[in-house]
Amino acid sequence: MAPRDLDRAPRSRGQTEGVSRRAFITASAAVGGGLMLDLSLPLYARSSEGAMSRGPATLNAYIRIAPDNIVTLIAKNPEIGQGIKTTFPMIIAEELDVDWKNVRAESAPYDPRAYGAQFAGGSLSVPMNFEMLRRAGAAGRQMLITAAARMWNVPASELTTEPGVVVHKARNRKVTYGQLAELAARVPPPDLSKVPLKDEKDFRIIGQFIGGVDSPRIVKGEPIFGIDVSVPGMRYAVYEKCPVYGGKFVSANLDEIRKLPGVRAAFPVKGGDDLAGLLDGVAIVADKWWQANKALEKLQVKWDEGPSATHSTEGFAKAAAEIGKQPAGKTIKKDGDVDAALASAAKVVEASYEYPFIAHATLEPMNTTAHYRKDGKVEIWSPTQLPQQAMGLVTKTFGLKESDVTLHMTRVGGGFGRRLSSDFIVEAVAISKEIGEPVKLVWNRRQDLQHDIYRPGGFHFFKAGLDAQGKVVAFRDHFVTFGEDNKPGNSADMGPNEFPATFVPNLDLGLSTIPYRIPTGPLRAPQSNALAFAFQSFIDELAHAAGKDPVEFRLELLGEPRPPEVLQTRFGTQVGFDNGRMRDVVKAVAERSGWGKTQLPKGVGRGIAFYFSHQGYFAEVVQARVSPVGEVRVDKVWIVGDVGKHIINPAGGINQVAGAAIDGISAALGQKITFARGRAVQTNFHEYPLIRMSQAPQVDVHFLQTDHPTTGLGEPALPPVVPALANAIFAATGKRVRKLPIDPAELRTA
Amino acid sequence: MSYTINVNGQSRTVEVEGDTPLLWVLRDELDLKGSKFGCGMGLCGACTVHINGQPVRSCVTPISAVGEQPVTTIEAIGETEIGKRVQEAWLKADVMQCGYCQAGQIMSACALLEKTPQPTDKDIDAAMSGNICRCCTYPRIRAAIKDAAGLPTADTREV
Ligand code: FES
Ligand code: FES
Repeated sequence: MAPRDLDRAPRSRGQTEGVSRRAFITASAAVGGGLMLDLSLPLYARSSEGAMSRGPATLNAYIRIAPDNIVTLIAKNPEIGQGIKTTFPMIIAEELDVDWKNVRAESAPYDPRAYGAQFAGGSLSVPMNFEMLRRAGAAGRQMLITAAARMWNVPASELTTEPGVVVHKARNRKVTYGQLAELAARVPPPDLSKVPLKDEKDFRIIGQFIGGVDSPRIVKGEPIFGIDVSVPGMRYAVYEKCPVYGGKFVSANLDEIRKLPGVRAAFPVKGGDDLAGLLDGVAIVADKWWQANKALEKLQVKWDEGPSATHSTEGFAKAAAEIGKQPAGKTIKKDGDVDAALASAAKVVEASYEYPFIAHATLEPMNTTAHYRKDGKVEIWSPTQLPQQAMGLVTKTFGLKESDVTLHMTRVGGGFGRRLSSDFIVEAVAISKEIGEPVKLVWNRRQDLQHDIYRPGGFHFFKAGLDAQGKVVAFRDHFVTFGEDNKPGNSADMGPNEFPATFVPNLDLGLSTIPYRIPTGPLRAPQSNALAFAFQSFIDELAHAAGKDPVEFRLELLGEPRPPEVLQTRFGTQVGFDNGRMRDVVKAVAERSGWGKTQLPKGVGRGIAFYFSHQGYFAEVVQARVSPVGEVRVDKVWIVGDVGKHIINPAGGINQVAGAAIDGISAALGQKITFARGRAVQTNFHEYPLIRMSQAPQVDVHFLQTDHPTTGLGEPALPPVVPALANAIFAATGKRVRKLPIDPAELRTA
Repeated sequence: MSYTINVNGQSRTVEVEGDTPLLWVLRDELDLKGSKFGCGMGLCGACTVHINGQPVRSCVTPISAVGEQPVTTIEAIGETEIGKRVQEAWLKADVMQCGYCQAGQIMSACALLEKTPQPTDKDIDAAMSGNICRCCTYPRIRAAIKDAAGLPTADTREV
């Protein structure tokens, strides 16, 4: 057969639309006479061993097999550095039974009718898709077997596969997948719920260290990120918004701006009131981005700043201190009688904790290229984590139909939750609409830090009682968060299962809100990344007050293993906190780090913390050293995690877990966004420091592979590292970190 | 103004204002998009290129200051022996997460190995601390540099 370029072969994409109830296959005749097998398999999410299920959802896994045995497998979710473009094809390849060296991975276009949910968030890609992708691969394998059975006229039961070939052992003959592809394309697809899956102990690809599929292009600097998009005739733009969130445009020196070198247009854009949507601003369009960005230096805008111009970090702290003295506005969970238990406790411990707003600061700044054509059709190229949201916001903002909009997802230079929002996408579309030309909008770093969708700050007022044996008998948290009338804002909430809920007989979790008008939203391990610091630090205080070893105290608090609750969440049925699994990771991390067995010099200490989030169990030990002037250096982090049975790709898995821990340390050491006169103060990395090579600790990552469903790992390793660090600092100095980021001045001993 | 610079062994002429940073000349005039924009203030290293073999933050280097000096970018670093070894070590260690910082990391690593073929952990800290990795791939960057230098990859810093 003539060689041909698979990527250029015509594919009948439209054929999959509207087909939802049966497996669907197309065999496309391609240029040069080759053939490909397109499996587009609507699969129904089934309960993955009962742990996590979704309502009916369809998934179409595309498998293309070329005559030369090269197999192209499609990854449907955005690639944000979590490695999904490698992981998803690995899962399909495993069941299809092909050699990884013959696999080519491709990112899917945005097409929810063909692919179902396409997003990168919540550490959900693997738990939501693991079994479905296995079935997609297994169905492909079975069709190839059926094709061989027909060709040889033997029962399929006599056939088996080896990587890339169907084998007939009885007659000692083989045929390659490439040779079978054409025939297999005419085989009726099997019932996906019945298609047999491999015995997991036979996995050859899942569990292997496999490098990222795009990495060979990245080391050569190939243009694969959103910011690298180039469209013929494209202009470049910047967009300046009111520094006070939601402020309105009044006037600007636009005539002056229009005269600057390279500037093609400068105009105000009318926005709405959604702080994560299109907001009022001034667009400057130029021949080159540098010219547009430079013109910003001359831009003077008069804004009507509106009511949130009074916001300040100091004001928030004052309000929190006042509110913290009052009873909580809303009860989250109440068990027993906390007041009575406190009154009769042998010891009462009280402390308040505080953490700041922080920004995502993805290294690739927000950007989007958009072309709003004269005929009302819109084409968008964007690094997004959540294309559905982008599509929804674009169609709503501009009164378009989904069929008017084509959205290309590019590789994403860091997500961390920032690109679950689509503010930067509607801005690009608005600018292109005004000028009638394609435009690439790129934010500068100041705009990125000052217009993030922030992780909200928060305040916790704790009070707990210990009995004479040092057992926790009463626990209260009054969480002062941001929101309206005791309704927390986006990612500012706390649930009723926050540990130690249900592990202490008398417990009271409540919250109150400080009104605010600042955009907030999820940042890697939302809520958990902040709550873990407060709760696991305070629990450490209780351990010390009880005169117990922090590991022993935690194991006692966790108690004997008991069956976890089954919870209904917006992601479907999930199994709740399993204290037995947590005990195991706590014990394992103590063991691996040599907890209690190591003599540490003065000024060096170790701390432990654990946290359950995103269905993952993580316990971490941090060793930190604090200099006499209060400078903190983290030497090492030991991590033990339990995310179920499989680490699909340890290459990416370990990298992300280590990265999550260093990321948490980075935030704890230096990051805060402060507000003054309603505006974010920090402008670039000198004011918003990210951790650097010389500060990055050694990380020991270990997984307990348990007989539980495989879940995600991009997020759950982050939360416990922050309190583990704070607890290590206490061990090193006797000083308790109750406010983030860590302030060296507070830790000075000299 | 018209400027002629020597990029990856080729002489290239562009019409730009003299204060235009080399980064934007590379990206938007010469279509060499491997060098990345991260901060624009010399703080993150995403835009690192070599000028005369020295690592330079191209976002704060005006085109007018470049002159005839040879500029090497990530697109051509694989043509050098060290560059090739570093790229291979990067792939072997699977350093990348999002990958956005890695062009700059590789350029800094190559400059380090050019000057210090057998770097210590301290040398690595000194040479690499101008490059931010938001995904925090630092342990693997450290290991890959050592691997490219033919050294054992273990972290030898005090614990
Ligand atoms: S973009 Fe040049 S150092 Fe950050
Ligand atoms: S790999 Fe994402 S910034 Fe370094």
